[in-house]
Amino acid sequence: MAHLQIESLGKRYGDFVALAGIDLAIERGEFVVLLGPSGCGKTTLLRAIAGLERQDEGRIVHAGRDISALPPGQRDYGIVFQSYALFPNLDVGDNVAYGLDARRSAREGVRRRVEEMLQLVGLPGSERKVPAQLSGGQQQRIALARALATRPDLLLLDEPLSALDAIERVRLRGEIRALQQRLGVTTLMVTHDQEEALAMADRIVVMRAGRLQQVGDPQAIYRQPTNAFVAEFIGRSNLIEAVASDAHHLQLGALRLRCGGTLQPGRTYRFSLRPEDIRLHDSLHAVDPSVLAQVERCEFLGAVWLVTLRLTGAAAGSAAPSLVAQFSSNYLAGRPVQAGSTLRIGIAPEHLQPLPEAA
Amino acid sequence: MNLVGTAGVRPGAPGWARNLPSGSQALLGLAALGLALFLLAPLAALLRHSLIDDAGRLSLQRFADFAATPGMATAAWNTLWVALLVTALTLPLAFVYAYAIQRSTLPGKALWRSLGLAPLLGPSLIGAIGFIQWFGNQGVLKAWLGGHSVYGPIGIVLATVFAAFPHALMILVVALATADARLYEAADALGASRWRRFTTVTLPAARYGLISAALVVFAYSVSEFGIPKVIGGNFQVLAVEVYIQAVGLQNFGRGAVVALLLLLPVALALVIDRRVQRRQQASLTARAVPYAPRPDWRRDWPLQAFVALVATALLAVLAMAVTTSFIAFWPYNLTPTLRHYVYGVAEAGVGDAYLNSLRLAGWTALLGTPIVFVTAYLLEKTGARGGRLASAVQVLAALPMGVPGLVLGIGSILFFNHPDNPLGGLYKTLALLVATSVVHYYSACHLTALTALKSLDREFEAVSASLKVPRWRTFWRVTLPVCLPAVLEIARYLAINAMTTVSAVVFLYAPQTLPASVSILNLDEAGELGPAAAMATLIVATTASFSALHALVERRLLRRQQAWRRGAR
Repeated sequence: MAHLQIESLGKRYGDFVALAGIDLAIERGEFVVLLGPSGCGKTTLLRAIAGLERQDEGRIVHAGRDISALPPGQRDYGIVFQSYALFPNLDVGDNVAYGLDARRSAREGVRRRVEEMLQLVGLPGSERKVPAQLSGGQQQRIALARALATRPDLLLLDEPLSALDAIERVRLRGEIRALQQRLGVTTLMVTHDQEEALAMADRIVVMRAGRLQQVGDPQAIYRQPTNAFVAEFIGRSNLIEAVASDAHHLQLGALRLRCGGTLQPGRTYRFSLRPEDIRLHDSLHAVDPSVLAQVERCEFLGAVWLVTLRLTGAAAGSAAPSLVAQFSSNYLAGRPVQAGSTLRIGIAPEHLQPLPEAA
Repeated sequence: MNLVGTAGVRPGAPGWARNLPSGSQALLGLAALGLALFLLAPLAALLRHSLIDDAGRLSLQRFADFAATPGMATAAWNTLWVALLVTALTLPLAFVYAYAIQRSTLPGKALWRSLGLAPLLGPSLIGAIGFIQWFGNQGVLKAWLGGHSVYGPIGIVLATVFAAFPHALMILVVALATADARLYEAADALGASRWRRFTTVTLPAARYGLISAALVVFAYSVSEFGIPKVIGGNFQVLAVEVYIQAVGLQNFGRGAVVALLLLLPVALALVIDRRVQRRQQASLTARAVPYAPRPDWRRDWPLQAFVALVATALLAVLAMAVTTSFIAFWPYNLTPTLRHYVYGVAEAGVGDAYLNSLRLAGWTALLGTPIVFVTAYLLEKTGARGGRLASAVQVLAALPMGVPGLVLGIGSILFFNHPDNPLGGLYKTLALLVATSVVHYYSACHLTALTALKSLDREFEAVSASLKVPRWRTFWRVTLPVCLPAVLEIARYLAINAMTTVSAVVFLYAPQTLPASVSILNLDEAGELGPAAAMATLIVATTASFSALHALVERRLLRRQQAWRRGAR
């Protein structure tokens, strides 16, 4: 049995389904991220594991112990919230020591543990400061130190970075990940930020409307999304609906594109194509596999351009899709890409994967 | 999506509410019991006595009797039009005063604010004493009334405006405190005139405050009886009628009927207030930019003049009552003297009454504050909310706001004085006075406590639980220290009100528990205006020193906690 085992967990609020049939197994030392839009149930799932919400059905087993019905105090975890939830009237030292042995005899041990924890989160010597004197990022580091001070077996992070500014967020996410790997503590984090999830997780759990959509490592989630929701929620994606003309080709109006995987001829499939997987050819000469496309719109984003294209060959078919391609600014420099110009683009078959779900 | 995320997925009550520890449950049950005993039971007794006739049948006989009593229709009509007039006068005065404090660059705002709230320090009828001395038969300004007597509707209206003004001011100061500067900038950018800006931005934002203030003033006027008693002459109003029926004639049934009638307009006002407040949600968004007024003499000078005028008038009334207590015989013999105090202490039992009031104020603050705060904590932070018991306590805590003191007082007589009541021993004891005072002022205190508790991070309890720290320890180390200003405010509020209240306790005291505020009424009835003023002055001095003490403690506390309060968002 996995270190943290969640079995057919369900939770409703009146008519609203917060969680339905959640099955999840988390291994010891893993960093798992629950990802999804707001209202998808990721926070409810985290709070159910923490014992802060009670599930209607299913069970939760942690380290071989069924904790489904236990109050929070009898479970074994540390938790960090988006709001930091530091006690404003206690100094940093007392905050970190809050869960440690309060007895007089233990004082020296507590002092050493606090020192050690502050060292760990990169704020040594800040014991006598109060939370209001610290920046958001520093407060969140203290909250992390407080949660880890009691050596919990499980670390729960509820959108820990959402309240921070962009630069601090990127810095702290790296620190949290490094700390987690160093301590080897099993960690479950909730976020709605896909970039954060990709950067930090061993495995990502994508959720929507109280259900799991896909569970896998970041590469798999990004490269092989199992459905349109995952494809669109993680990164940008062009969703193309097309009929298979034979086992390896799809028919898009007058266009025939080669794709990866084996298709059933005549069936309609849905394909996900990442913008960065569209290649720009230097000449308009026909090379296989490539098609001609007309530029509809260009959007400059600094490092990259987003270029909206219409496949020319497909124009005969009324449902000609427009695709968004992403070209690096560096690569485009000196190339005349502007609205109206015609380009030859390549779509490698291995990047045109049919989504497993039925279209 | 977001709506579902906050309202649906994370409701206020954590799921572990269902295994609410039995200790918390028991404490909450105790709070419910107390409120039921000292609030619900008296109200139920009131209903029973007015709806059941002498033969023990359910009937409207008593109402019919009441309607047939000569003069009752007049009293009802008088009560209504006086309340309307008082509201119409008080509201604009308080609004402009509050506007000057919040939306102009008046110097010394804190001082003007304290002066505006000064009438709260004395019992409501202190204004009546002051007005009698100014405009009464021997009043220096009698001529101002143009031959009309101050004893009657004129005096009642004036003294009630004086007494209700600070209540309206408190609400309107809060209503005008928060303004979104962006709206004003938008109005300016669109070239709106000063008047248009006022009617399209300022007034709508303060609309709910205005409605609340109007209802509070109206309810105050309807249920106030100390003022008409002292300055009303032969002018009949319902509140005095209750007093005469219950205390004078010992006709509790008739008193109950009138009390119930008084409950109606107040209950109506409360229902409207609730409705309006529900719609007020999110009138000010999180992105709002606080509005800071810029100097503008065309606005500031008239406001300054107005504020000074109103404050002077308030002080003049208050000061007249105080002066009366220190001079021999207004206005013929102006020799300074302490003889009213000497007489009061020696002959009229003023000393004992004063000690009784101190005792009452002390116990009310000492017992009421922890009860209110712990109950609010149990409701807000232990995940009890949503449960049946918690909902019941919520309702009971909000109810006293709609129950005038004299209704509560009559109900308490009927309930505790009933021969079959095993708790009858409480009748006329200090304990009952304390309990009734706590219940009478419960709602405002409860709101203060809830507001303070809600401003605390909602995850403190979750963090403590995850760290395996017992809940009481977090209450003691974090919740209470952070909420201490609110706790002090509750204590001060309870102490001042227990010191000045007349309405509920006037029905419940015994000779040995006679409170000072009630003794003023009795002294006035006996024609001893000097000693009555002396007693009122003692009360004002005491409540003022409560306030000074409160300010002192709060300042020391804040200085000690400055480090963490500073920059706390």
